[in-house]
Amino acid sequence: MQLELTGITKSFGSLVADDHVDLVVKPGEIHALLGENGAGKTTLMNVLFGLTHPDSGEIKIDGEAVHFADPGEAVRHGIGMVHQHFMLVPVFSVTENVILGFEPTHGPDFIDRRKARAQIRTISSEFGLEVNPDAIVEQLPVGIQQRVEILKALARDARLLILDEPTAVLTPQETETLFGIIRSLAKSGRSILFITHKLKEVLALADQITVMRLGKVVGSTTPKETSESELASMMVGRSVELVVRKDRAKPGEDVLTVEGLTVHDERELTVVDQMSFNVRGGEILALAGVQGNGQTEVVRALTGLVAVVAGHIKLLGVDITNAKPRARLRSGIAHIPEDRVRDGLILTMTIADNLVLDIFDVPPHARFGSRNLGEIEQNAKDKLREFDIRASSPEVLVSTLSGGNQQKVIVARELSRPTKLLVASQPTRGLDVGSIEYVHRQIVAERDRGTAVLLVSSELDEVLALGDRIAVVYRGQIVGVVDPSVGREKIGLLMAGVTDSEDEGVAASPATVANA
Amino acid sequence: MSDTLATDPAAGAAAAGGADAPPKARRDWERYFRWMIEANVVVVTTLAIVSALIVGAILIIVTQPTVLHAWGQLFSHPGKTVSVTFFTVGDAYRDLFTGSIVDPFVFGHAVRTGQGWIAALTPISETLRETTVLSLAGLAVALGFRTGVFNIGAQGQVIAGAMAATYVGFEVHAPIGIHVPLCIVAGAAGGALAGFIPGILKARTGAHEVIVTIMLNYVILDLLLYAITTQPFQQPGQQNPISRTVPTTARLPHIFGPNLRVNAGIFIAIAVAIAVAWLLRRGTIGFSFRMVGANPNAARVAGVDIARATILVLTISGAIAGLAGMVQLSGTDYFLSSGYGGNVGFNAITVALLGRNRPLGVVLGAMLFSALDVGGRYMQGTTTIPLDLTQVIQAIIVFFVATPGLVNEVYRIRGRNVGQSTLTQGWSA
Repeated sequence: MQLELTGITKSFGSLVADDHVDLVVKPGEIHALLGENGAGKTTLMNVLFGLTHPDSGEIKIDGEAVHFADPGEAVRHGIGMVHQHFMLVPVFSVTENVILGFEPTHGPDFIDRRKARAQIRTISSEFGLEVNPDAIVEQLPVGIQQRVEILKALARDARLLILDEPTAVLTPQETETLFGIIRSLAKSGRSILFITHKLKEVLALADQITVMRLGKVVGSTTPKETSESELASMMVGRSVELVVRKDRAKPGEDVLTVEGLTVHDERELTVVDQMSFNVRGGEILALAGVQGNGQTEVVRALTGLVAVVAGHIKLLGVDITNAKPRARLRSGIAHIPEDRVRDGLILTMTIADNLVLDIFDVPPHARFGSRNLGEIEQNAKDKLREFDIRASSPEVLVSTLSGGNQQKVIVARELSRPTKLLVASQPTRGLDVGSIEYVHRQIVAERDRGTAVLLVSSELDEVLALGDRIAVVYRGQIVGVVDPSVGREKIGLLMAGVTDSEDEGVAASPATVANA
Repeated sequence: MSDTLATDPAAGAAAAGGADAPPKARRDWERYFRWMIEANVVVVTTLAIVSALIVGAILIIVTQPTVLHAWGQLFSHPGKTVSVTFFTVGDAYRDLFTGSIVDPFVFGHAVRTGQGWIAALTPISETLRETTVLSLAGLAVALGFRTGVFNIGAQGQVIAGAMAATYVGFEVHAPIGIHVPLCIVAGAAGGALAGFIPGILKARTGAHEVIVTIMLNYVILDLLLYAITTQPFQQPGQQNPISRTVPTTARLPHIFGPNLRVNAGIFIAIAVAIAVAWLLRRGTIGFSFRMVGANPNAARVAGVDIARATILVLTISGAIAGLAGMVQLSGTDYFLSSGYGGNVGFNAITVALLGRNRPLGVVLGAMLFSALDVGGRYMQGTTTIPLDLTQVIQAIIVFFVATPGLVNEVYRIRGRNVGQSTLTQGWSA
């Protein structure tokens, strides 16, 4: 399918999300749409998928102008979308999910499961999308769930497939498999529109690259003609340091010691399984791993948000296993939570209030139970300047800030207390390149001040860039503690649970069966 | 979709360093007004009231036989149809006003002759007297809502407060300067206890406060019925379920002489409203309440003890509701009877919603509801329109306020934040 977008403009109030965007995707082309958060990529895709309507501009498919009132029409015109957050019914089987909404029937109105299953098998084998049609979706690994999403689009005869940040939840190996699938789809003549902000992937996969910034197309190029740093500066609009500059760590004594930590989830399943590690002052220990292997629960256990079933947590030799969250914060733990909107901010409060969320009742912000509003405002003004938070005033609601600035509010708040240990969980998730650079610099600076840093990240690039030591978690256990110099390949395998006997410092677990 | 909501970087950090901040008190008011304008609170509330009055007028038309009869003659006597409709509706709303605020003719007469002041001021006195009690109960509920705690138990807490105040009223003998404050403390303590129970149950066992407080309403109501038919509460020598009467030393004094029932309870209500406003705006405890109400996850991560905040807010909320019961008892009734408190605890929920859980809003909402009650009773006496009409109007006002989107749709209001102000969070624990 040949897709042409001409002059697409869409604004929300005073914000122009897309400003006269032109884009051409040729048949069989893998087209990468690159841009920071807020560049207008998602809005553009929503326009293309009929989820929102452009203020002006034209969409042409194979030379013919079309207009989509809703996603259903987009689908009928051969456009398929794989959302970043999967749109699957967890308790349905693969087949049921794929046919949902356009079920093949026979007789009066009976679902023709046999036909559906056969159809899925045909598509699966054609593109190497192996999946059991009868498996229940919630029991499948994330990578396979994504295949179901792709199957869904293909079963609806998609000739243009939009993939929105498809690799965010995948291991490096799963990413490779996905790329293989995408290439075979392109070979069959289908067009692929691939949205991402990961430069390496763009260079590895795309035929054509379009870069967006602040709602406008700022450049169009091919992998052959460009480089990572050039793409990055196009995205950000200035030259960017892709490598985090940091000196060798000068580790001091143990700040955090975790021994045999075991945590259960709400269903009483073991999600952290006898985990032991330590973090020394002045070093960054990166906890790497695919999402959902117990990292979240480790952090929640460290910050006192979930009960510890067994094991000990010591901060500078003091046992804090059962201390309340507040006591831990007071004893010097700074916490950048994984989900900033859920756990880190109160969106309906002002920036000034959010900057004192965990110190609102101590001097100088309050005295005798009364908040000192002047001091709180002054504190906010100082932090806005110091941490370069772009806001019109400290009195505006924190919800009006962009993701990057919201994260800066959290970083500013957490680093303004005396800190012994910084627990940073996915600190750059969803941030633009500029903000990532900033947050990384702050983390390294904190390390150089002698703070112990525990970085939890599922982004391999981040782990490699920041970690002084890398502990890889898999199914609630640490399967290896390695030096960043061992390389992506090795760490990628560990993330998939593949270990071998020569590993230095392999914890508890024996070799575990590899993931499908 | 988060892609679309970035701020304009050009707005920049430049604004951060301004040293010319206006004085703090003015800032508070500015903020409050800005919020009201941005959320269209005044417009939506006014339109809700107007809509309710229109619906009320239609109800009068379709329920009054005289008006319906006139409509039957629409084509033969169109003038009559219009005038009958107009006068019937007009009379009803006039009486609603003169019965609750002031009758201009009676007032004018009083000014001219210096006679009949009592009659001129009775309507407003009654409205204020009811406002006092309803404000207190509304503030209790609103404080809970701001913390994300649904205290549906104000009714029970009001009764508990009244019972405690009654007991101290007839058991203790002291001069008024000591006795009344003792009753105030007792009322607050009674309500606080009734609030503490659901609080501790929620914190310790996770029992949902909505269920517990609703059920506790029945428990306390039945406790009242039991108490007023047994010693020491029951009036000696009485078979009827009424309690002993509290002595004059335990009564809140009337402010404007014995014939106007508005009493010193009004000062308690004002003090509590100011205290709640202070707590939410300046108090550290209030700030932790607001954190818990707005985002309990983030509050927990920031080290707030949610269980403690829940217990505390339900206890304080109960204490304020208890004060409402105490003011009703010591200011107006002086003894307990079955069905004590009427619907005040439930109207309190409505008033809290109407006032959007802001102290000033709650007081104004309570004033409107009380006026409709007082005026409605007067109207019932002077016309053939029943009190139920005003209850319908009250319900419709709340209905429209709770669905700002509907008001905006009906009146085609456009604006940045139209319909976006949240009344309360969800019902989940």
